[in-house]
Amino acid sequence: MEKNLQGQIDDSTKLGMQIVKESEDDRLMTLSVGPQHPGSGHFRFVVTVDGDYIVHCDPDPGYVHRGEEKMCEYRNFIQNIPHLERPVIHDSANITYSYSLAVEELVGIEVPRRGQFIRAIASELDRQVYTLYWLAIYGIFLGHSTMFMWPTGDRELFIDLLDALTGARVTHAFNIPGGVRNDIPYGFKDKCLRHIAYFEKRLKEYEDIFYNNPLMRQRTEGVGILTKEDAIKLGVTGSVLRASGVPYDIRKAEPYDIYNEIDFKVQYMKSGDSFARAYVPLLDMRESCQIMRQLIDKMPDSGEVRAKLQPTPKGPPGEAYRRVESGRGALGYYIVSDGTPKPYRVKISVGSFRNLIALPHLLVGSKLGDMPSVYWSLNYWPVEADR
Amino acid sequence: MATAPQGFRFGNFVASLIWLILWILIIVALVALPVIFIILFYLPLPPVNGEVLTPYLFLSMMVDPTRTLPIVKFLIHTELFKVAVFPGFTFAALFAAVTIFVERKFLAKMQLRVGPLYCGKIEGILQLAADGLKLISKEIIIPSGADKPIFWTAPIAFVATAAAVVALIPVAPGWVAANVNVGLIAVFAILGFFPLIALLFSWASNSKYPFLGGLRALHQMIAFEIPFFLSGLSVVVLAGSLNLTNIVNAQHPFWFIFFLPISAFVFFISSLAELERIPFDLPEAESEIVAGWLTETSGMIYGLIQLGSYVKVYALSALFVILFLGGWAGPQIFPKELGPSNTTIPLLQLLTLQGFYNSITVNAIFWFTLKTFGIIMLMLLPRGINPRIRIDILLHTGWYKLIVLTFINMFIALALIYGGILGPGGLLTAH
Repeated sequence: MEKNLQGQIDDSTKLGMQIVKESEDDRLMTLSVGPQHPGSGHFRFVVTVDGDYIVHCDPDPGYVHRGEEKMCEYRNFIQNIPHLERPVIHDSANITYSYSLAVEELVGIEVPRRGQFIRAIASELDRQVYTLYWLAIYGIFLGHSTMFMWPTGDRELFIDLLDALTGARVTHAFNIPGGVRNDIPYGFKDKCLRHIAYFEKRLKEYEDIFYNNPLMRQRTEGVGILTKEDAIKLGVTGSVLRASGVPYDIRKAEPYDIYNEIDFKVQYMKSGDSFARAYVPLLDMRESCQIMRQLIDKMPDSGEVRAKLQPTPKGPPGEAYRRVESGRGALGYYIVSDGTPKPYRVKISVGSFRNLIALPHLLVGSKLGDMPSVYWSLNYWPVEADR
Repeated sequence: MATAPQGFRFGNFVASLIWLILWILIIVALVALPVIFIILFYLPLPPVNGEVLTPYLFLSMMVDPTRTLPIVKFLIHTELFKVAVFPGFTFAALFAAVTIFVERKFLAKMQLRVGPLYCGKIEGILQLAADGLKLISKEIIIPSGADKPIFWTAPIAFVATAAAVVALIPVAPGWVAANVNVGLIAVFAILGFFPLIALLFSWASNSKYPFLGGLRALHQMIAFEIPFFLSGLSVVVLAGSLNLTNIVNAQHPFWFIFFLPISAFVFFISSLAELERIPFDLPEAESEIVAGWLTETSGMIYGLIQLGSYVKVYALSALFVILFLGGWAGPQIFPKELGPSNTTIPLLQLLTLQGFYNSITVNAIFWFTLKTFGIIMLMLLPRGINPRIRIDILLHTGWYKLIVLTFINMFIALALIYGGILGPGGLLTAH
């Protein structure tokens, strides 16, 4: 056979023709997905495709690196708040939550009980806002335009509440070392309960139109399966870990503030596929509504919301590491202080970057059509990963 | 929902309309009429009502109401009118424009939005015109290394092919641009050009994403063309003819959708795939391959392809109506005459469209338009409720499931013919 082919090539060369010999490399095509691509956004991955199958994937983050960690070293503990919430503006209460916890540990202050409750409410609201935004983009990634519009619209419910609570729709710099900036406004509790009740009805509609849609199931079930062992080995976190059958939630595993007084279940699924990773955030949102109800119920009626703190707080030299459960998983701050009002070193450990590690592992062998659903189901926020 | 923008005043709106009409009148009087006069002077005009048309006579006929109707009647029975205006391209393009507008508003209502709102003061009705103007004024960017002749011709070929399908569609008895005996085969033959155009254009773009999109378009259209043809075949078995007018006439007492529901379903699904609409918009899947084979299009090239695809929406919906919903059949709701017959008052003659108004044709056009629009609405609906399907599921659906379904319904059709229920001399055939 080889000889025959070589013979044909020789014959054709004599006749002035050319036969191109098909080799392995001819089949492959390299696509640069991003950074200007509707399926990536602030992020690039180079995929090599063989027909419609992905044979190699090479993530390339770093397009929105802003040096948040270095910026922290030039500002004092309070000044750091506004720029630290920039990486995930939708989840700013959570990203400043763990920072505040770490600073409080360094400085050695106790947050008043009412302040702890308000803090938790703000962070739950922001988790909803982030998850809805994430869900909207997941919808449009699968080509479901209604699922893009509905969560973006319903996100306004919680943005309204946050607006009333903090004075800003996003990036509200609300959770600060020592507590929260201000007390809840008049009528906030009732408004909050009303919005939650409406939102729970909407969650049922989301399930009807999106999660129970046979086409959506076909596309996501059994796609990009991350087994329990792999999930633990790769160190993924948040909803991705819970979708692989590990019921791990920082709020339960190492409760911070008043979360040990709240009764809630850690939602998880066992299949570990793209569908489970898309469905666990919905279960989380539903659980978060319950948590918010309990928080509002148990909140003391009066009291301080913020501990007395000097304008430039400083503590003894030392180090602190505290983490919270954000919309994307464990979000931790490691802060080293040398006794001055400015931190000596700040290291942010984000869930997004941990989940990115699973991306090449899941994409290789899947189809190009599965690329957006696998990629976005990893709950990856490029700006946060680049910091 | 608020539908009028802030600061909207009806008086101002009416005033602007009056100004518009005034300007149109001035332009017609100063520019259009002289141009028409000059052109008509050089054209050999045919005799109408026994009079040889001269430019002067033509203008006097346009001004004199009693003599306008014969000339209009003469004009609308020319072949050019049929091809260019009424059952042909302009009608289809108008349908396409209405479809685009209705789609945007309809989808917006489904998604708790308002859709286009400001352009044209009322509900954004002029949004489409604004978009068209924007597309025309945009620069057309041709990628370096593109095959320029094909890159330029493909969009025009796309619109032309879509318009060619429209030419075969009868909208009322006798109202068809091309009444051919192999109508259905001609339609399918013309539809076969679309994957070729998509592939040529994607190859000519010299870019990776269009290439992937073009291959996807090719796979998809070929996978769905066979169930598409086969679902049409069972209609042909029942009707005993390939001529679209005869197929409509064959559905006289009962529409074919009652006998061939599975074929109708397969035809609908396949036409969604043929039109590259959600859930089958894989060739343009924006989150996977940017915009598929349309990635390198810009300006009016994109506009033409969009126009072509919406004309195609009209053509395939109309085909569905003709094959399964009895075409223009429907109860007679228009009166036989618009006013008192045989009046001699010129103005009344003009208003009642005497000698020109045909109640059967108007009724047929009305029902045909209504049914076609219903099918178009059904075609728009999946866009609001479904995500995009994956290529392997799509091909599996096309090659395995739909073809088997069409065969089932074809056997039903054959059983109806041989069982003596339909067909010549059948129980349910009109005598």
